Amino acid sequence: MRYVIRRFRALLITCWVALTVNFALPRLMPGNPVETMFARYQGKVSPSAISAMELDFGLNTKTGELGQYFDYLGHTLTGNLGISFSYFPSHVGTLIGEALPWTLGLVGFATILAFLLGTTLGMVAAWRRGTAGWRRASLVDTVLVPFGLMLGALPSFWIALILLYFIAFKFGWFPIGGGLNPGAGIASWSGFVSLIHHAALPAITLTLISMGLWILLMRNNMLTVLGDDYVKFARAKGLRDHTIAYRYAARNAILPVFSQLALALGIVVGGQVFIEIVFSYPGIGYLLLQAVYNEDYPLMQGIFLIFTITLLVASFLADVLYVFLDPRVRMESAK
Amino acid sequence: MSWTGLLHNRRAIAGALIFALFCLVALLAPVVVPYSPTNINFTPLLHPSAKHLLGTTVNGQDILSQLIWGARASLFVGLITGALISLVQLVLGVFAGYVGGVFDTVASAVTNVFLVLPPLPLLIILAAYLRGGSLLELIGVITITGWAWGAKVLRSQAIALRDRPFVQAARITGESRWHIVFAHVVPNMLGIIVSNFFGAALFAVLAEAGLEFIGLGNINDVTWGTMLYWAQEGDAILLGAWVWLLVPGLCLALLGTSLGLLNFAVDEIANPRLRRD
Repeated sequence: MRYVIRRFRALLITCWVALTVNFALPRLMPGNPVETMFARYQGKVSPSAISAMELDFGLNTKTGELGQYFDYLGHTLTGNLGISFSYFPSHVGTLIGEALPWTLGLVGFATILAFLLGTTLGMVAAWRRGTAGWRRASLVDTVLVPFGLMLGALPSFWIALILLYFIAFKFGWFPIGGGLNPGAGIASWSGFVSLIHHAALPAITLTLISMGLWILLMRNNMLTVLGDDYVKFARAKGLRDHTIAYRYAARNAILPVFSQLALALGIVVGGQVFIEIVFSYPGIGYLLLQAVYNEDYPLMQGIFLIFTITLLVASFLADVLYVFLDPRVRMESAK
Repeated sequence: MSWTGLLHNRRAIAGALIFALFCLVALLAPVVVPYSPTNINFTPLLHPSAKHLLGTTVNGQDILSQLIWGARASLFVGLITGALISLVQLVLGVFAGYVGGVFDTVASAVTNVFLVLPPLPLLIILAAYLRGGSLLELIGVITITGWAWGAKVLRSQAIALRDRPFVQAARITGESRWHIVFAHVVPNMLGIIVSNFFGAALFAVLAEAGLEFIGLGNINDVTWGTMLYWAQEGDAILLGAWVWLLVPGLCLALLGTSLGLLNFAVDEIANPRLRRD
């Protein structure tokens, strides 16, 4: 429990750091693109919105930087992320709230699937190699390692384009974009089917590009564990291969792999942005692209903040889960 | 680590061969391109033929010429960014870990801040603030977003080496800090540094292509990323111009795989437990 509290305190501190970076970013950029944007929007947007935005970005204001900073913290903590320019007069928070469930669903599903598939393949590769005899390379391992490396080197947007062309466009098995059939409600059965139908290709792409990391991490960890004395002892006892692989080696090898979840999520989220763009999937990544194209800086800032906070919370949850999986962490914090 | 190990590692050889092939193509690009990559006077959307081995784009450019020319940008960005990221990691990771004290505290704090920020969204936003950048600007942005993780790993390695007897002996003989770092600490963690370099280069190649694909690079450059940008803009999917979509990404994936193979192989040689005896 003490460990969880300590991690929670770390979460709060990192969230504060993320907020501060988000505040500083537009002020640090050269050439002041924000001012250019204001010049462009002058007259198109109501003066009160302009002055509210100017406050948010610290332009034409008599408040000092420090005052602006506290105003910003106060606004953000009360859920006020500002007003979007390109979707005027929608609030940034509302826009993100509409897009977030799409992204979370896709990322969550693909991450779990990639973790399960990847670690299983990695385990098999290491086991086959560990038992193939030291002089002989195992075919499974020889194939799986370059395969994992290749998956990690694939440009996500390109895989998305290729799947979109061959599977969705040429064969017509899946829709070529969007998140739902027009007019379909999620509550109905046909709406649900349409939801899955639209999410399938983006989910497959995301699973593919994030699986390589798990294969390689699991394989290397498992190889390390297979060299440990207790595995040799288990073998000397005459335990069956199956028992050694699953109950002895894999269980210990998977823990350090699991602790890399935070790093992996960063990669998945990056791939997600591009995949949503290619499939016109109505999530955060697609919204980010719209914000970039329209030079909608308030929306960009808000999206970046949400990305950061979501990742922080996810890695906090992974850490908490880790405590339940690994008794050593519990013991350490009890000291 | 032993460098001769690389010559006996099949993954290292495969990675190095593919990488060398791309380097060769990039260096000889002006000689081997069949046409100028910026020539737009060909019949648009030709299928692959003897005159245009990979066909032409919707804008009437020769795809093979563009593909060959594009190798230059990717290799340039990959190698330069990889080197820059390694340099930053050397200073904020290895050197900071070795000297400790205030410098280390500040360097760690900065590293931890960057670790918190998701790299790709940060990359997109920084590039958006630049409103479309040249290759050099993209290199700068990618360096800023891509160094933190490796620096953390290298720092912990440097700390582990700091109190080893041979480093202490060097300190007692009065050698300067930088000399100790370069002559004693770095050679003993060269495996991780080199493998990090290839990892950083891989990240840079993919990041550059991704930014260019969504139009945040200079769209008039001829690179694999901008080729895919124009393919997307030119409705290559609806027109069925699949070669145009396929080949730039295939090259990216191949170059990326070669960097990944090198990264993995060096790591494998530096870490004896992964090696086949």
